[in-house]
Amino acid sequence: MFPKKISAIKFEVLSPQEVRRMSVTKLVTPETYDDDGFPVEGGLMDTRLGVIDPGLKCKTCGGKAGECSGHFGHIELAAPVIHVGYAKIIARLLTGTCRECGRILLKDERRDKFIREIERLKSLGQSYEEVLKEVFRLTKAVKKCPHCGAEQLEIKFEKPTSFFEVIDPEVKEEEKLTPKDVRERLEKIPNEDLLAFGLDPKAVRPEWLVLTVLPVPPVTVRPSIILETGQRSEDDLTHKLVDIIRINQRFIENREAGAPQQILEDLWELLQYHVTTYLDNEVSGIPPARHRSGRPLKTLAQRLKGKDGRFRGSLSGKRVNFSARTVISPDPCISISEVGVPEEIARELTVPIFVTPNNIEIAKQIILRGEHPKASYVVRADGKKIRIIDTNKEELAEKLEPGWIVERELTDGDIVLFNRQPSLHRMSIMAHYVRVLPYKTFRLNPAVCPPYNADFDGDEMNLHVPQSLEAQAEAKMLMAVQEHILSPRFGGPIIGGIHDHVTGLYLLTRGNKEFSKEEALEFLRSVDVSEIPAKDKYTGKEIFSLILPKISIKFKAEVCQGCEVCKEENCENDAYVVVENGQLLKGTIDEKAVGAFKGIIIDEIMRKFGAMATKKFIDDMTKLAIGVISRLGFTIGIDDEDIPREAAQQIEETIAEAEKRVEELIKAYREGNLEPMPGRSIEETLELRIMQELGRARDRAGKIAGRYLGMDNSAVIMAVSGARGSMLNLTQMAACIGQQSVRGERLTRGYAYTHRTTSHFKPHDLGAKARGFVRNSYKSGLSPIEFFFHAAGGREGLVDTAVRTSQSGYLQRRMINALQDLKVEYDGTVREQTSGVIVQFKYGEDGVDPRKSFRGKAVDVKRIIKEVLGEVKE
Amino acid sequence: MKVSLQDHVLVPKHEILKESEVEELLKLLGVSKEQLPKIKAMDPIVKEIGAKPGDIVKITRKSHTAEFSVFYRLVVE
Ligand SMILES: [Mg+2]
Ligand SMILES: [Zn+2]
Ligand SMILES: [Zn+2]
Ligand SMILES: [Zn+2]
Repeated sequence: MFPKKISAIKFEVLSPQEVRRMSVTKLVTPETYDDDGFPVEGGLMDTRLGVIDPGLKCKTCGGKAGECSGHFGHIELAAPVIHVGYAKIIARLLTGTCRECGRILLKDERRDKFIREIERLKSLGQSYEEVLKEVFRLTKAVKKCPHCGAEQLEIKFEKPTSFFEVIDPEVKEEEKLTPKDVRERLEKIPNEDLLAFGLDPKAVRPEWLVLTVLPVPPVTVRPSIILETGQRSEDDLTHKLVDIIRINQRFIENREAGAPQQILEDLWELLQYHVTTYLDNEVSGIPPARHRSGRPLKTLAQRLKGKDGRFRGSLSGKRVNFSARTVISPDPCISISEVGVPEEIARELTVPIFVTPNNIEIAKQIILRGEHPKASYVVRADGKKIRIIDTNKEELAEKLEPGWIVERELTDGDIVLFNRQPSLHRMSIMAHYVRVLPYKTFRLNPAVCPPYNADFDGDEMNLHVPQSLEAQAEAKMLMAVQEHILSPRFGGPIIGGIHDHVTGLYLLTRGNKEFSKEEALEFLRSVDVSEIPAKDKYTGKEIFSLILPKISIKFKAEVCQGCEVCKEENCENDAYVVVENGQLLKGTIDEKAVGAFKGIIIDEIMRKFGAMATKKFIDDMTKLAIGVISRLGFTIGIDDEDIPREAAQQIEETIAEAEKRVEELIKAYREGNLEPMPGRSIEETLELRIMQELGRARDRAGKIAGRYLGMDNSAVIMAVSGARGSMLNLTQMAACIGQQSVRGERLTRGYAYTHRTTSHFKPHDLGAKARGFVRNSYKSGLSPIEFFFHAAGGREGLVDTAVRTSQSGYLQRRMINALQDLKVEYDGTVREQTSGVIVQFKYGEDGVDPRKSFRGKAVDVKRIIKEVLGEVKE
Repeated sequence: MKVSLQDHVLVPKHEILKESEVEELLKLLGVSKEQLPKIKAMDPIVKEIGAKPGDIVKITRKSHTAEFSVFYRLVVE
């Protein structure tokens, strides 16, 4: 079969004739099934519309359930009703045309100018909505028809489907236009005028926008389901269609019986309501139609719209087999390339074994097994799937022959794909090797949290089992965790030490600490090292060197305080790392060396020794770090933020001083003595100066607190090594929380129109306290007013994240849609997949794979020079 | 006063590809002319170098990472 190229898709509006033409029958009765349970003729389950019950045959085509895809029927509406989806267009047409002659309320030349503009934009593939709005705006203002001279009345459109004509705007006299009136007016509009409203007369006549006959979708579109109780439960669409037919019949009966006008009008309104909610049950302005249980019905628009709608739910997104999902938890004892899978899941998921003469004996043994990595199914060469149970396994093992497939339970060493949503980059799905473990969570090494952006506060992850040898090979080669240690996002490592890994190595390597043989062995217990030099004492640096591959590198550590002239090797802060030939000679190992985003050592090993060596290093490094921190112990408690009385005194004074200066600033402002800063008003100047003053006060308070906390304080260790937290966090805990802000300004709004934030202050108080400065620390505790300001500032952060995630999510969807068919070919060009159109002649203009780049640059020139000059020992 | 767009620092070098070069390029890439990126004939730079619809323009841009990057565009109406 040749693929056919679709050049265009054209949408048209169904005409009443077309609806009748495609209908196999007119439906007249609201009954669905008779007492014997057979579909009623002329009812909504009429067998001419197709069949869903097995055994019955379609009366139109003779097909059985499954063979016949169904046929449309129709309902002849007793009175015309407005189609909600077209109400807005109808409003434009009524406003834009003469109530007498039906012509557009524009002179022909004007009309033709607009038509030409619309044609022009159409040919450019651009939106002409603005032109239509302009036509609407112009025609709305016309009082007299330029063609027949008739006076025009204003048309009022009341959502969702009502139209009125304003007879006298003074006394608000209005007359309702029935759908019948509307339809008659639309009938009068000539084809030539339609173009100016953006309608193609070949595709639509405006009167078709008012329904006189309603197509009824086949039963296959709205199948009834049989409940466990044996009762039939109809589809929501059927319920709605029953309502429409019932009211329609009642309308006809009443009209024939000569019922009063009022009753007919009420029924007409009701018919309109039912047809409207049949098309869209989430129209604003009318209550949604509900099921007996109170649940709103899912009608036509609801089937298509939204996340679970036909487009996003059924066409773009589908469910998959051979997958599992559960909560994740950490396990530092497994490798970064492994994933812990609960037994329960491992017993459910299967991997196919394709039986060949070579593995048939193994396959037989698997079938005969009685416990865990059992076989659940065999698939015969003819494709028939047989469940293996105790009673048939001997027989199946006997019959087994090459060409069959044995489906074996998941077990240690199988390759699986592991994923955490939102899958924003390629590292969101990586291949791990299975480790079947007890309990009910997926286990992963905390070092792979950064690429997944996972934590263990209840996050869930998905797991998929590749089902072909090709897929398994691809997963192992291309998707394995170690292949993603370097990120294409910034050309550096994204997998590495976090939290305790950093702290542990910091404690181990800082300074010239010595450890006894026993301690050293305990640190290295779970680490994969084969040779340890025999000694009585080991320095931390020596122990770390044991896991280090033979690299040579020099860099400034995270603990570096950025001295004006770096003393390099002689840094008295031990902040200059020197590694020579795999020996750590100088410096502290911290976030800069092994961290998940900075990790210079990880980067270096990856470039020099490749993925497997780096994987081993990360496994060893994390285990060593955990060994160290477990043995030495590392805790943080409330008294870690205790500061001596004199420090508190100093902080108190600093802040009091700053508050005094703020008062002085305010005084100067009130007296008109404040000098404005360039380009700022006096008010802005005052605010900036106050913010500056208070910001400085907090920094000073933080410095004071920092001096007294010292380098052996756990929180300080975490902050300086980059493991977790910052000095600012510490300042806020121990010294002073500082200014709270909303939108970058001090808190200004609040408490009605009285120019004060809360009623505890005098109006127009601009002081530090009154505008959200929190002088307390988290340790000392906030006053109620401070607490309120803190909550106000904190809320902004929450709102920001909520807004940002939804926006970036949508941005991502759009970008993926735009780029999904692009591929980098073997010749380096980027091409669109189906048309072969070239997008770039060399990927990224330079052909550089950002993952293999050096932090975004194509080459690391410095390094090449060093290697050429032999400064780096190979 | 007549100014040359090519003299501006932000306008990369544009030149018309010779018939033989066109053939060579298309053969190298294994594509038809239509599969190349496009540039409008009314584009000021296209007018300046006098390229006509059907011609292929070679654009040589400066690049931070690769020094020069070469791009081709088919001139269209
Ligand atoms: Mg979480
Ligand atoms: Zn049929
Ligand atoms: Zn008229
Ligand atoms: Zn230094």
